[in-house]
Amino acid sequence: MKTTIKLVSFLIIASLAFISCGDKNGKKKGALSSSAAEKVYVAPGEHDEFYAFISGGFSGQLAVYGLPSGRLFKVIPVFSVDAEKAWGFNEETKPMLNTSHGFIPWDDAHHPDISQTNGVLDGRYVYINGNNTPRIAKIDLSTFETTEIIEIPNSAGNHSSSYVTENTEYVVAGTRFGVPVPQRDISIKEYKGNFKGALTFLKVNPEDGGMDIHFQILMPGFDYDKAHPGRGDSHGWFFFTTYNTEEANTLLEVNASQNDKDFIAAVNWKMIADYVNKGGGKKMPANYAHNVYDDHKHMATSTMKKEVLVVDPTEVPGAIYFLPTPKSPHGCDVSPDGEYIVGSGKLSADVTVHSFSKMKKAIADKAFDGDAYGIPILNYEAINAGAVKQAGLGPLHTEFDNKGNAYTTFFISSEVVKWKLGTWEVIDRKPTYYSVGHLMIPGGNSRQPFGKYVLAMNKITKDRYLPTGPEVTQSAQLYDITGEKMELLLDFPTVGEPHYAAGIPADIIKPRSKKFFKLEDNKHPYVTKSEEDAKVVRKGKEVHVYMTMIRSHFAPDNIEGVKVGDKVYFHITNLEQDYDVPHGVSMIGANTSELLIMPGQTETFVWEPKQVGVWPFYCTDFCSALHQEMQGYVRVSPRSSNIKLSWSLDDE
Amino acid sequence: MKKSKLAMIIGSLLLLGLFIFPLWNITLEAPQYPTPLGMEIYINHFEDTNEFDIKNINLMNHYVGMKYIPKTIPEFQIFPVAILIMVALGVLIGLKANYKWYLAWFVLMSCLGIAGMYDFYLWEYDYGHNLDPKAIMKFTNPDGSIMGFQPPLFGTKDILNFTAHSYPRLGAYFMFVGMMLTFIAFFLGKKEHKKA
Repeated sequence: MKTTIKLVSFLIIASLAFISCGDKNGKKKGALSSSAAEKVYVAPGEHDEFYAFISGGFSGQLAVYGLPSGRLFKVIPVFSVDAEKAWGFNEETKPMLNTSHGFIPWDDAHHPDISQTNGVLDGRYVYINGNNTPRIAKIDLSTFETTEIIEIPNSAGNHSSSYVTENTEYVVAGTRFGVPVPQRDISIKEYKGNFKGALTFLKVNPEDGGMDIHFQILMPGFDYDKAHPGRGDSHGWFFFTTYNTEEANTLLEVNASQNDKDFIAAVNWKMIADYVNKGGGKKMPANYAHNVYDDHKHMATSTMKKEVLVVDPTEVPGAIYFLPTPKSPHGCDVSPDGEYIVGSGKLSADVTVHSFSKMKKAIADKAFDGDAYGIPILNYEAINAGAVKQAGLGPLHTEFDNKGNAYTTFFISSEVVKWKLGTWEVIDRKPTYYSVGHLMIPGGNSRQPFGKYVLAMNKITKDRYLPTGPEVTQSAQLYDITGEKMELLLDFPTVGEPHYAAGIPADIIKPRSKKFFKLEDNKHPYVTKSEEDAKVVRKGKEVHVYMTMIRSHFAPDNIEGVKVGDKVYFHITNLEQDYDVPHGVSMIGANTSELLIMPGQTETFVWEPKQVGVWPFYCTDFCSALHQEMQGYVRVSPRSSNIKLSWSLDDE
Repeated sequence: MKKSKLAMIIGSLLLLGLFIFPLWNITLEAPQYPTPLGMEIYINHFEDTNEFDIKNINLMNHYVGMKYIPKTIPEFQIFPVAILIMVALGVLIGLKANYKWYLAWFVLMSCLGIAGMYDFYLWEYDYGHNLDPKAIMKFTNPDGSIMGFQPPLFGTKDILNFTAHSYPRLGAYFMFVGMMLTFIAFFLGKKEHKKA
């Protein structure tokens, strides 16, 4: 009996020990639940907390990702043709890529920026610059489509661009390469003093986000590299970093790196806008394209504009000052309260910070160190707030959280450094893989950052992913910044080269996202609103097919009477009125891409049949159970044929 | 005014709720419809639960050869007139007639209600069974007979990939409550009569 009791009590103790052991294991699992993997895990069917709009650089596009998962949702074609969405291939969007140089199917997309109201992201539009053939685009965040592209005259290397002021009054477009204004045939050696750097201010229509060039400031021919608007107290000012204040025109890597200090140009745009509104500035001839996409007509129109208003900065004294900043500064970032202007001298080890209030005082005190082309240069000591000393090598860009910290990327030493505004002390540093360029905190360029994550965008990945031949992916890296120290959570590949990104809480955008276009609102000149209205019309050698598509057929789907040498326009309307039921269409031998048509939308492709025969077309988007059956035929007869134009669906 | 009269008049008037609120609802759920498709049945028209639902129900149903839900049906002419007559009759009885008439009104209204439900069932049966012989997809029951797609008269039923729900809506509750009031009015009237 005693033995039994002993045995039982032993078993109880043993099992208790086992249970408590299990508890310990459980606690360990509890600790694991805050692991990096769990922090970026978004369960199937769940939504990400943030949208990230990441530019594609040389892909010319803008990619839409979710954070923290790093999942890619959509690639929005902006400056580059995209066969998937017929962007630049269908008749409706070809005008979007028109410029004064003709149709340009590509650009280098850099700096997305989300529209703001009262200094807070409103999530209505993203603006982004095309660097090569200077252009600014507007993407509507209800449709996630590019709805406007405006060319910037008198500009080249449109790089200090597409940043918005705190009420989206203006989008700015600064030139990186000085050019003769107006363009003319002169020797390149005459650069100095003859070439100009135009800073363009595009006024934004608060109703529809539409842009129009209000004025261009013709600055000295420095290279205007990056920019950011003032906010709060400094609202009304814009800041541009410059390099090549030497005004070199050859071997810039050496010749533009000679001055110990270049400038940040501080531009009081409100003062210049007042000057222009009172009749200041002068109009000069220009030639630039303004392309607008209409969501009701489902098509774009391109207008050539012939005039632009330019302002000579010396004629508006007190509007522009130069802030001396060490070593060819690149990033030009303004703290959420608008007080600090951070200039990252990319050839320096320090990050220089200027104070807006000191700048105002220096202006009042006339603390000038001479001038450049009549623009006063402020005394460095008088405006400088401090510097983050020896923080790394090659500082580029800075973003801010909502707790008074700044985060700066260092290209050469491949790291993100967290430092404190005001004390300039370094708090933490984390490596990036490799050669980080920009970084992004959602809302980090507004008065109200959402300081949960920072996204670092790398130029080089080398061995970080599975190799794909000589060309490997570029990437972004996500860090948790809620704690004192940053924590690397995730690497994910990007589309093209991510030059910059803009992030925003998903809840601001989600409710506004359009589900489909209403057919009754479709004002396309070639719309077909019902199958009964489907028809084929001949106008000489042009044939216009008014076609509809709905699950799972085209109307008409048999067409005869088309002849070799005709130019056949397929104007196709998707009659569906349901979420996520697009149809596609493609025609054998058409020298264009497929169309991918959203419910309620009309799109057009051109087919010029070159051979006699019966040629099929079909739906390219797996739309329904009978998708494979969604097909039709066009009979093409010889030019001399007398066959009359006819069309039918189910022989009716 | 006597309680019975008041109950009879209010009960009859509650039927007017049918002109404001839907009588019945049919909702179709399927995994690829995170927002289900729905149709609200009023006494004088059909309405989408969410815009374009009926168009999309028709689009779905054409695969199995079901007819389009018509824009209008003869019942939409008859039902409103019948309801208006019953309301007028009810108010008139309430004002002028003996309590026994309350029961007569209730019985008549119940008959009309049952007739309406039967009519609805017949339409549903036809809608679910009178299929286009050229239907894209034809399904058979395990016993070899042709599968029908009749939505339930009342309740929930699985039809292929859809779960169909068929339930009364606010308009119907107005009618039920109204009718119950007239029924209660009869007993109240009887009581009042005995006391007197």
